[in-house]
Amino acid sequence: MIEVLRAGPLTTLQDLGRPGLAHLGVGRSGAVDRPSLRLANRLVGNAEGAPALETTFGGLVLSFTEAATVAVAGAPAPLCVDGRAHASCTPVTVRAGQVLELGMPARGVRTYLALRGGVACELVLGSAATDLLSRLGPAPLRDGDTVALGRPAGPMPGVDHAAVAPLPDEVVLRAVPGPRADWFTADSLTRLGRAAYEVTAASDRIGLRLEGPALTRQRTHELPSEGMVEGAVQVPPDGRPVIFLADHPVTGGYPVVAVVHPDDVALAAQARPGQPLRFALHRPLL
Amino acid sequence: MRTLAAGHRGLLVECDDLPEVMALHRTLQEARARDALPGVVDLVPAARTVLITFDDTASHGRVAEALAALDVRPGDDDRTDHEVEVSVTYDGDDLDEVARLSGLSVDEVVRRHSAATYRVAFTGFAPGFAYIVGGDDALVVPRRATPRTRVPRGSVALAGEFTGIYPREGPGGWQLIGRTEAPLWDLDREPPALLAPGTRVRFTRLDP
Repeated sequence: MIEVLRAGPLTTLQDLGRPGLAHLGVGRSGAVDRPSLRLANRLVGNAEGAPALETTFGGLVLSFTEAATVAVAGAPAPLCVDGRAHASCTPVTVRAGQVLELGMPARGVRTYLALRGGVACELVLGSAATDLLSRLGPAPLRDGDTVALGRPAGPMPGVDHAAVAPLPDEVVLRAVPGPRADWFTADSLTRLGRAAYEVTAASDRIGLRLEGPALTRQRTHELPSEGMVEGAVQVPPDGRPVIFLADHPVTGGYPVVAVVHPDDVALAAQARPGQPLRFALHRPLL
Repeated sequence: MRTLAAGHRGLLVECDDLPEVMALHRTLQEARARDALPGVVDLVPAARTVLITFDDTASHGRVAEALAALDVRPGDDDRTDHEVEVSVTYDGDDLDEVARLSGLSVDEVVRRHSAATYRVAFTGFAPGFAYIVGGDDALVVPRRATPRTRVPRGSVALAGEFTGIYPREGPGGWQLIGRTEAPLWDLDREPPALLAPGTRVRFTRLDP
């Protein structure tokens, strides 16, 4: 068993979420940076979607009462076991009685800690994910909580380190216009493709909120609520775009000017408040 | 119907009206049940659209092709849709306001609301929250000018052409006409939502 000595700013249990239930008002949720969750799990021989811990700006301290193999991926945070530093993206053995500390990452936001065997917990609608918008799944970890290890599902991989690209200084997200690009002035679309935005501190698992040039609508009537996708760049009345992440609402009533490329959503998930962000706007898909 | 790309993994289908949305969603669900929509992840009906999301084994072209092959017939299928009866105590805080807006007496509001037959058009806002249509035209009322910060769980409320029931306490701007004990969201039930798109609904009056 593992005791949570310090949970940090926000640590939740995440897997690949609950796809396929949006018609019931249940969003996908799950890891905001899915490739990092998958990588951390692969490094300890878990199924890619096994439940793991998603930390926000690190700050996690765990005490192990039994031995475990762990790996961290995502935002590169200093990892120490009983004071000894270990690398990210590397399986690390923790002995019974040892304390693991995950510090504040120098870049990025979310670090994933996978435990060999995964985390044993009750699934809600087939998933261990904590959905902070819908309030589904386990509550975020608190100091003093315990975490139970699951059973290993397969052999350990034959690798001791995975190379990953470093997180960039400036976040550039590929995006395609639509489905409501025509609700905005032509100027606004040009602006979206050229402007320097900045990630604000109001960003969370629901969405990345941006500061920067406001986008202006040419259609001002109310949009009937419609289905929203992950990566949607929704524009509320103040004109400042919001990029929808894992816990985004299933439907929304503000027009979506563009959608971020699925492979770049993980980059958005790691964008820090204050970081510059641009859109590389590609041609419409249809 | 018009289709729009919602990013690399989504197709947003615009419909003429809500009945067309409901017919399309039903047809898509049936198609998915017989594996005619490979790679499709979610079908999300809303007020004027159905969003189809898919994984990387599908594409806009393939989904649009499958969509074009479907025979979308308007109208409901009363043989297959199940019906839910929702018992309501009509004592909501906005009942007088709804009566004033509709030009009816409170009694007549209640009589008409519980006389109509309804159907769930779509869900959203919160797990288990359904947008229910089919009510009396006289009961089409706007949202409250100022939303409430706290609406009790089980509140039955009106906004526009819809009736909705709050599955849990939270903020809300709909006009409250009553309350129900109906278990709208139960994770131990399959599916957990009492009201899913297509479900027929009857509201029956409980004496306060």
